Amino acid sequence: MHYALTDYLLDLVQNSLEAGASVVRVSVSEADGRLEAAVLDNGSGMDGAEVARATDPFHTDGNKHPGRKVGLGLPFLIQALEQAGGRWDISSARGRGTDVRFWFPLDGVDTPPVGDLPGCFLSCMCFDGDYELVAARHSPDRGSSYEVRRSDILDAVGPLSDAASIALADAFLRSQEEVE
Amino acid sequence: MAKMTLDQLRKLREEKKGDMARRETEGKTIQIIVGMGTCGIAAGAKAAFDAIVKTVDESGLTSQVVIRQTGCMGLCHVEPTVEVVMPGMPATIYGRVDADVAAEIVKKHIVGKTLVDKHIYDRPAVDIVKK
Repeated sequence: MHYALTDYLLDLVQNSLEAGASVVRVSVSEADGRLEAAVLDNGSGMDGAEVARATDPFHTDGNKHPGRKVGLGLPFLIQALEQAGGRWDISSARGRGTDVRFWFPLDGVDTPPVGDLPGCFLSCMCFDGDYELVAARHSPDRGSSYEVRRSDILDAVGPLSDAASIALADAFLRSQEEVE
Repeated sequence: MAKMTLDQLRKLREEKKGDMARRETEGKTIQIIVGMGTCGIAAGAKAAFDAIVKTVDESGLTSQVVIRQTGCMGLCHVEPTVEVVMPGMPATIYGRVDADVAAEIVKKHIVGKTLVDKHIYDRPAVDIVKK
């Protein structure tokens, strides 16, 4: 079971990349009493029946474990949302990609903590491969709003497989949380 | 600390260039791979990843080490899992890796070339792992 919102987001982004996405957008917003988040990708996408199966914990399409019959990414998220009184929408089509949008009530007792958002965005950028990742946070109440692109970070610090580069990218992402 | 701009980030990287000279993957012979699938994330793989980055950086190993994230390695029951591949040592998958064990792997396995016995879950064979 995941602990924080950031765990669900990283999980969804990993799904997107495993589905061959070249562009993934991950966003979090805290406004109007809702903790809202979305992961939008242009990966292989799913048809209606596949979406239904993806939300079934006893099913996986992943090629990582042939012969196994569990896939807990989306089911974990749905379980947490049902428990906390949130809502979600999964919109997907073969060849177009998958959009997962959801929100938790901000004041819900069962709403998970946001978690370490800059650290999560960094992890989302640290997977192998040539892909664009746009990470956005919009929290007007905190006075915090920003959007960061993986391509800009790679351009500034080089590949994120290098400990020093990762440390610099981490410092950069953390500084974005600062209130103007 | 104010918001850092991309230009400031670039400048910081330039300043560090001395110790980051060999930053490209080529020439780096040590690979550390952290499993970041559903199972890894739920078990705290991010803490292991952060500890690895910190320890590699502090130990001055940056120019030799590639740090990567991957999905599930199939050892969901012993997450977080970390695979280390380097010359002179058997390719090893460690399991139940929290931040402390992650730091120990960098110091013992990579620097000391000694296996971290109680956390080996695959390769080398079980019969050579000390109890």
